[in-house]
Parts: sequence; C-alpha cells; structure tokens
Amino acid sequence: MESTSIFEVSGLSKSFAGLKAVDNVSMKIKTGEILGLIGPNGSGKTTFINLVTGMLEKDAGRITIDQHNIGEMQAYQIPVHGLVRTYQTIRLFKHLSSLENVMIGALGVGMKRKQAAAVAEDLLEELGLSERRDAPAQGLTFRDQRLLEIARALAAKPRFLLLDEPAAGLNEEETDELFALLSVMPEQKNIGILIVDHDMRLIMNLCNRLHVLNYGQTIAEGKPEDVRRNPEVVVAYLGSEAS
Amino acid sequence: MSANIFIEFVINVLSMGSLYALIALGLVFVYGICNLVNFAYGEFITVSAYVLYFVGTFTDLPWWLVFLIAIGSGALTGFLSELIAFRPFRGRSLDALLVTSFAVSIILQRSFQLGISPRSRAVPVPDFFNINVSLLGVVTPLRNMLLIGTTIILLIAVLILMRRTSLGIAMRGASENFVTARLMGVPANLVISIAFVISGILAGVVAIFWSARTGSVEPMMGSGPLLIGFISVVIGGMQSLVGAVVGGYVYAFIANMLSLTLPSSLLSFRDAIMFVIVIAFLVLKPEGLIRGKYQEERVG
Repeated sequence: MESTSIFEVSGLSKSFAGLKAVDNVSMKIKTGEILGLIGPNGSGKTTFINLVTGMLEKDAGRITIDQHNIGEMQAYQIPVHGLVRTYQTIRLFKHLSSLENVMIGALGVGMKRKQAAAVAEDLLEELGLSERRDAPAQGLTFRDQRLLEIARALAAKPRFLLLDEPAAGLNEEETDELFALLSVMPEQKNIGILIVDHDMRLIMNLCNRLHVLNYGQTIAEGKPEDVRRNPEVVVAYLGSEAS
Repeated sequence: MSANIFIEFVINVLSMGSLYALIALGLVFVYGICNLVNFAYGEFITVSAYVLYFVGTFTDLPWWLVFLIAIGSGALTGFLSELIAFRPFRGRSLDALLVTSFAVSIILQRSFQLGISPRSRAVPVPDFFNINVSLLGVVTPLRNMLLIGTTIILLIAVLILMRRTSLGIAMRGASENFVTARLMGVPANLVISIAFVISGILAGVVAIFWSARTGSVEPMMGSGPLLIGFISVVIGGMQSLVGAVVGGYVYAFIANMLSLTLPSSLLSFRDAIMFVIVIAFLVLKPEGLIRGKYQEERVG
C-alpha cells in the first residue's frame, strides 16, 4: 500500500501595498484527493499558488509537506519535496522540444539524463503526445500545450500537483478529456491535486472538496454540493441580490 | 578578384570571424541566462591575457599548460565576478546589474593600471603560432588556421553541451524562461555560475588568439574585443547563441569586404562605415539576423 502524504498550509498571508491578497488561509490536502480552490476574480487563488510554490514571498504562515517545511525553502528546492505546478498562462519552454520540456521537470528533481528521458517518453505516451515528441513546444496546439505542461509537472514525480486554471482556453470536448485525465490521476499516481478553475462544471464534478476564497479570505470549505448551497459563496459569485 | 585574393579574403573572414564569434558567444551566454549585458567581459579577456604574460614570461611551463592556466583564469574570473559582484544584486533591477558590470570593468582596469603597469607588456606566444603556412597558394600565419580549428571544436563542444547534456537542456530552458525553470527545480545559482564560467573560458581562448595577433597586453585591452562583441551580437542577434556566432562571421565579412573594396582614400573611414551599417541593423532589424528565443522574464 502506498504511503499517504499531507500538504498543509496554515495561516498563510500576503499583502501588496497594504492590500491583503491572501489573508490567514489554511488548508490541508492528502495524496489521493482533489481539492478545488475557487473564488471570484481577484480573490487570491493564483497568489495562493504563487506563495506555496515559492514564486512569491509570504508575509506569514507555514507550508509543509509531511515534515518538510517547504515555506522556508528556495523556489527551486520545492519540487524535490514533491510540489509542482502548472500555470494559468502557459509557460512552456517554447523553443525546446516536447521531450526536452518534460525532461526539465525530471532533471529539476535530480534525475539523470537517461532516466529523465525515459520518464518523459512514458509521460508523452500516456498523455497522447508521443507523435509530437521532437516538435518545438510552440508548434503544438493549445490543447497539447496544456497537456505538455501537465506532463512536465508530472515528470517531477510530485506528491502534490497544483493546477492553475488548466481548462482555461479549452473547448467543452477538450475539457471533458482533461476531466477524464485528472479524475483518475490521484489514485493512479498517488498524488494530491489542488486545482484552480472557473469552469464550475469541471470543478464540481472533479473535486472531492472545495475551498472558497473571497478578498483573500476563506469563506467556505467542504464538499462541492454543500459549498454550492453556501449563501456566502452565492453572494461572492453572484452579488448580494442573489442571496 | 583573382583566385589568390579570394582565398586570402576567405581565410581572413574565417579567422577574424572565428575570433569575433567566440567573443560574441561569451557575451550572449551570460545575456541569455541573466539578461545582463556584461560590460566587464572585456576585462575577463584582459585578465587571461595578463596571466598569459606572467606565466609565459616568468615560468618555464610548456605552452599548452600556460594556455590552460590562462583559460582557467578566465573561468575563475567569470565565476568570482558572479559570486562576489553580480549575485548580491540579482533579483534587484537590471539597471543595478548593468551598473555592477561597469563597476567590475572599471575596478579591473584600474587594478591592472595600478597593480601592473599602464604600459603594454609583450605576451609570449609559441613560435609555431607565427609560422607561415601555404594554403592553396596563399601564405597565412598558422595561428589563423589554429583559430579556425579551435573555434570549430569549441562550437561543437558548446553544441554538445547544450543539446546532449542535462545541464545544457536545463540551461536552454532557463535561458527561455528563468523563473519557470527555477520553479521546476533548476538551481539558479548553479546555472548562472556555469554561464559565467563558460563565458570566462571563451574569454580565455579569445585572450590567447587576440594577444597572439597584437603581441601585447595592456590595461584597456578589453575594450576592443568588447566593442567587436557588441557589434557582432547587434548584427547576429543578442538573444541567440547561433545569432552571436553568425554575427561574428558577418561582421568579419563586412569588415574585410570594406577593406577590399573601399578606395584607399576612403579606407580611413572603414570603421565609420561599419558603424553606419550597425546603426542600420539597429533601425531595420533590431532583433538581429537570427531571431532569438529569450523572453523578458529573467532572474527573479
């Protein structure tokens, strides 16, 4: 039986020029589950991901994976402890081949070149990108670029995968494909997923639990069906008249 | 143009272009990773040239070891300048890094002037460097052939490094998007240090062939190759290793073509014409001949 890891954030805060972008947010994810992080535009979702991955420096809070205090580490040290991410705006290495893009994910956590190449080949096969292995990433379709970013993240053999709006720009059919891919991933790969997205159909069907932010603060947590009925969430999304 | 003149022209373009390509490559290696135009690069070359002078003059070491020590000193200069001068300012503004590179350049120049001498010193080179060889009926110093051969070997080595090694793939990724590479686990300090070391190694090789050509070293020696490096990358493209190499050869081609075709009364304007061509490049093709890949996001 595979071991369970826990990604835990407690009291995370970040202000920009006095404005609290993330305000005392805490959450916990275990491997094998999918947590949706939702909220209106500007609620602090992407800032949260930027903070936990070391892209931004936090003002306060503690971020751990099992016993490792990753909140105090340099950004480049975090993937080796099992946390990687994708981006709202695709950030591939455009002139590198698909294979090299994925290899960087593996090399970044210390794999040797041959092992990294083997891992990358397997992931490209798994995600249906093998035929494009030698093509520069910039030549891929938008859908394939989204998948390639996920493949690159998975190459690091993470325990936790943070997906920042992975369905953004995808059509309905492509989003369904993404759902099919992600829904089995936690069990297949024994990873935990934190997903941010505005596609409520995807979020509601995919996630085991939801965490809702508004103005940087947690306003609701729980199962999707409970959160959907939460009056504070309804107000945050639709305005006060909706309540 | 007679056959002999043509062959001489080709040899000159290839040998000068090789030197210019190495200079430009050293500049672009650092620019690609850090977005830093390193104005101290000329002084990396000067340091190696002074090491050539001191070790070559005051020891009986074999020439190949003297060359290795000179190249090693270039690498060490690159490594130490990054560690001591540039690293503390990384993550701040690019202006701070730019000013730091000026500071490193001036400090090294003044150190050479005060610590060694403002006057030039003769750099010993192995005798075989100056042996004339005949190639297709054209007589040329052997050092020109050695320079072309060395450049080919170094370019192949760089190609293998960048295409076939883990480090090279990581560096290419980092040169496209440093922040993303870092978030994927690519260690910032290592990649940047190695870029500076490679730049320093190239500076060391340039120092050998530049000194062999001029026969001396003096404190301000670095400004000449630095200017050539800048012109080459303006022509070829600041954002591409291939562009830097192409720029070096194109610059040598234009310079030699002007020397060959300008009437003697206009020869003194050769450099001025060269700069007009560079300005034209900046206006008409600011990205250079080879479109680069590096993005704006850099060391954070």
